[in-house]
Amino acid sequence: MAELKLMKGNEALAEATIRAGADAYFGYPITPQTEVIEYLMEQQPEKRTGMIVLQAESELAAINMVYGAASTGKKVMTSSSSPGISLKQEGISYMAGAELPGVIVNVVRGGPGLGTIQPSQADYFQSVKGGGHGDYKLYVLAPASVQEMSDFVEDAFDIAFKYRAPVLILSDGIIGQMMEKVYLKDQKPRMTNDEIIEKYGNWATTGKKGRERNIITSLDLQSEKMEKRVHRLMKKYKQMEAEDLRFEKIACDDADYLIVAYGSSARISQKAVELARKKGIKVGLLRPITLFPFPKKALFDLANQVKGILSVELNAGQMVEDVRLSVEHKVPVEHFGRTGGIIHTPEEILEALEQKIINNGSIRHHKTRESSIL
Amino acid sequence: MTEEIIIAGFGGQGVLSMGKILAYSGIMQDEEVSWMPSYGPEMRGGTANVMVILSSERISSPYLKVFDTAIILNQQSLDKFQDSVKPGGVLLYDPNGITIHPTRTDIEIFQIEGNKLAVDMGNAKISNMIVLGAFLKIKPIVKLDNVIAGLKKSLPDRYHHLIPLNREAITKGMNNLKPFLVAEMILK
Repeated sequence: MAELKLMKGNEALAEATIRAGADAYFGYPITPQTEVIEYLMEQQPEKRTGMIVLQAESELAAINMVYGAASTGKKVMTSSSSPGISLKQEGISYMAGAELPGVIVNVVRGGPGLGTIQPSQADYFQSVKGGGHGDYKLYVLAPASVQEMSDFVEDAFDIAFKYRAPVLILSDGIIGQMMEKVYLKDQKPRMTNDEIIEKYGNWATTGKKGRERNIITSLDLQSEKMEKRVHRLMKKYKQMEAEDLRFEKIACDDADYLIVAYGSSARISQKAVELARKKGIKVGLLRPITLFPFPKKALFDLANQVKGILSVELNAGQMVEDVRLSVEHKVPVEHFGRTGGIIHTPEEILEALEQKIINNGSIRHHKTRESSIL
Repeated sequence: MTEEIIIAGFGGQGVLSMGKILAYSGIMQDEEVSWMPSYGPEMRGGTANVMVILSSERISSPYLKVFDTAIILNQQSLDKFQDSVKPGGVLLYDPNGITIHPTRTDIEIFQIEGNKLAVDMGNAKISNMIVLGAFLKIKPIVKLDNVIAGLKKSLPDRYHHLIPLNREAITKGMNNLKPFLVAEMILK
């Protein structure tokens, strides 16, 4: 029986990490994410499950502790907020290269630089377009509720081990700080070495007794071997696109216009959809749950139905580029979003939709141009 | 039922905890709830506010521009949020320290002397519960029993002896609510 609680998103994520049977958490405090480590320290999970919680001396140390523990096949997590996640990028790239599972959580605040402690979604590019160096991608989950902050932890670990790849949970100051009802899953036991080997294969450095040694590295000085590694990574990402894409469609069936938004912006946009429908404007919402893989096909298909698309993000326009690529210029795509830690209201979103899409002459122009080409 | 509320005042006046108790009370009667705080530099001295929504349906946006009810505990918050009340909505405020009173005539306005009554009760910290009581008198969206159940659930055991005091404060708030008429204020 799931336990019902009123919790902050950050706390729900921390509790879910213990319950998912994680082996370790390494982190460093930063607003608006500090409740994660605070909650874990209070809970003393080493007494509950044997899980280790350690405050590292820096974000850099924390991500390298994750690299080390993941090399031994353990379920490990680190979390931070934007400036701290920038510091972790080297380690994340190394984890992708060395094919290590692990969960990284970013409770995003406004940037660039130290920016602001207020909510933002300005780390979209960093999350889905690399962030660190080299040919790699992260599987990115974007929770939009406290419940999803809890549920996505186990999902993230499953994906991380399925693909032997780092997974990012991309949250923000709103979802991290707000409280909602959450149904917590039952405690899962931590896995033993034997169970890990049986379920995920014998790749980790668990002691080489009775077998050849396993080597965890991201370094291949032989170009042919390195290219093979890159191809192996690309194959994983193709498989993620085929098997583990997630998105949610809200009120899309009869929609004339579409909003695309993830995380907290999806919640606020949903209210904008409600307000629009009260005014008789048929607006739908497509919420990408995974930002990579991105729901390209769903968007491409919806572009045959709707007259225009507004990408709503708490940033200066990032995901809008992926939306445009997905719909291949079939319909106009515009961006709306506040920055600097200001949160857009449902009313502002609806106003932007009316101004930029519904009453925008360029939409008619767009159609004319299309017909003149035909 | 959906009730969208903003509670605002100085950091330390119990704004966030009043919202939390309201949210907990909602859970006790099976409502959907959301609690969205300002967590910025405000909470270190300036104004603190929290948006609380109770609804029988799934809550979309936890962040809103307009509210059914504004519960206001200081002048800055009154200035900032008076216009955020929906027409026909409710503004409840503690007149303690207020020099510029509300002026809107398209909403219902009430006063509760939360701070003064709490001092009279010998515990200034209880003022937020007096204000909560006043709000529940205007809009009985949660039952008193559920507030008490919510308090039991949200407070650590070592504070459970304070629950009778909280109940007394809520009742005090319910019995001391005063309507505020903008017209009378202008005539004065």
